[in-house]
Amino acid sequence: MLLISCPNCGPRDETEFHYGGQAHVAYPENPNQLNDREWAEYLFYRDNTKGTFAERWVHSTGCRQWFNILRDTVSYDIKAVYPMGALRPDTTPAAPEGAAK
Amino acid sequence: MADLLPEHPEFLWHNPDPKPSYDAVIVGGGGHGLATAYFLAKNHGMTNIAVLEKGWLAGGNMARNTTIIRSNYLWDESAAIYEHALKLWEILPEELEYDFLFSQRGVMNLAHTLGDVRESMRRVGANKLNGVDAEWLDPQQVKELCPILNISDNIRYPVMGATYQPRAGIAKHDHVAWAFARKCDELGVDIIQNCEVTGFVKDGNRVVGVKTNRGTINTEKVGLCAAGHSSVLAEMAGFRLPIQSHPLQALVSELHEPVHPTVVMSNHVHVYVSQAHKGELVMGAGVDSYNGYGQRGSFHVIEQQMAAAVELFPIFARAHVLRTWGGIVDTTLDASPIVGTTPVENMFVNCGWGTGGFKGTPAAGLTFAHTIATGAPHKLNAPFSLERFETGALIDEHGAAAVAH
Repeated sequence: MLLISCPNCGPRDETEFHYGGQAHVAYPENPNQLNDREWAEYLFYRDNTKGTFAERWVHSTGCRQWFNILRDTVSYDIKAVYPMGALRPDTTPAAPEGAAK
Repeated sequence: MADLLPEHPEFLWHNPDPKPSYDAVIVGGGGHGLATAYFLAKNHGMTNIAVLEKGWLAGGNMARNTTIIRSNYLWDESAAIYEHALKLWEILPEELEYDFLFSQRGVMNLAHTLGDVRESMRRVGANKLNGVDAEWLDPQQVKELCPILNISDNIRYPVMGATYQPRAGIAKHDHVAWAFARKCDELGVDIIQNCEVTGFVKDGNRVVGVKTNRGTINTEKVGLCAAGHSSVLAEMAGFRLPIQSHPLQALVSELHEPVHPTVVMSNHVHVYVSQAHKGELVMGAGVDSYNGYGQRGSFHVIEQQMAAAVELFPIFARAHVLRTWGGIVDTTLDASPIVGTTPVENMFVNCGWGTGGFKGTPAAGLTFAHTIATGAPHKLNAPFSLERFETGALIDEHGAAAVAH
């Protein structure tokens, strides 16, 4: 079971949350101008990243607030938790200084 | 001592090195990939083809499913393709000359609410109209067919009846893969294990080769049969798929005497149970909610399905879990597969079978082979095109297909 750190309530079991899929998918700015292909993209196409994935969760049985996380979809490690509306944090590791690490 | 040992039996397939070029390359050596190669060779005379498998043959979802075979889907398009698959299952042991223990012991889908009862009766009616064997059972008939089921009203969601498909059942998944692999090998197909695709060679928008960890292979046509990894391959080829990969878990108990004569699925309390030929109770349920490529899921999913199983089958209370595992299933928004052409010329995709790929194996192979060989879909897979997400002609089996996905 995932242990998810809710920004408001702290670390809680996955069973308290619901999954919201890919984060940062904006509603189309000009819905009337979209063609069928663009609507399909918006409605049905989501990234299916193998690796670090930005996704939404809601703390359903806690504060009931939505938030974003960065999670590795292979190891399931959670790398960052950040608020809705914020930009995706940069989690690329800093270049090692010198050889020793 | 050595001469007391028996001769090693014939291998079922060879392990050739990849040739520089093929007429078609199938990516993914699971059930669907092998079935596709088999029908390409048998029905379309394409024998200069290869199946590339990044791990070992049939070690992905083919090794991880709960082996249930049924065709009692609600919508016409689904009933047609799954019923065709079931008809192929019925003749394949003879055709492949391999008894893979296809056992038509029936599948029961329980109803626990008034909504379930109405949905079930509607589905029975739809199935009958589509030539799929289906009947409605009241709780007493359920008990007669599966005496270990608890049909009393002392549980949270009492059994109010069930749909029953007598021709449905289970098969031995590994043997199915080996049966296809042996026939493919006999027909001249190269089955290449430990060969991972790392990219594609394109001439404009046309695929002309496959890059692998064992070198580049030229090919006229490429068929993708990679289930949970379909999106990864599509990205390499430069297009997107409306697929989300999720972990799907299953478990087995230790071996028991035969106690469970059929297959029981419950959508509402969400567990499905059969007893394997060897004696293990085999159980599964729904996917983990989050996207995942880890071939493992969260334990509460296992815990909930076992709780459901013990309510329905009180006799299981003393059984032990021997093993749990996970596979990566490729789900679509309408819970129906995608079998057809792609935006890349000469590249074809068979994916999106989600939680139900095993039962579809023969029909996936048949229709996908037809699509690759002729460049156009078979009438059975024509509705399952990638374009349906643009046209809106979805085949919405969510909740309609006798199991929640």
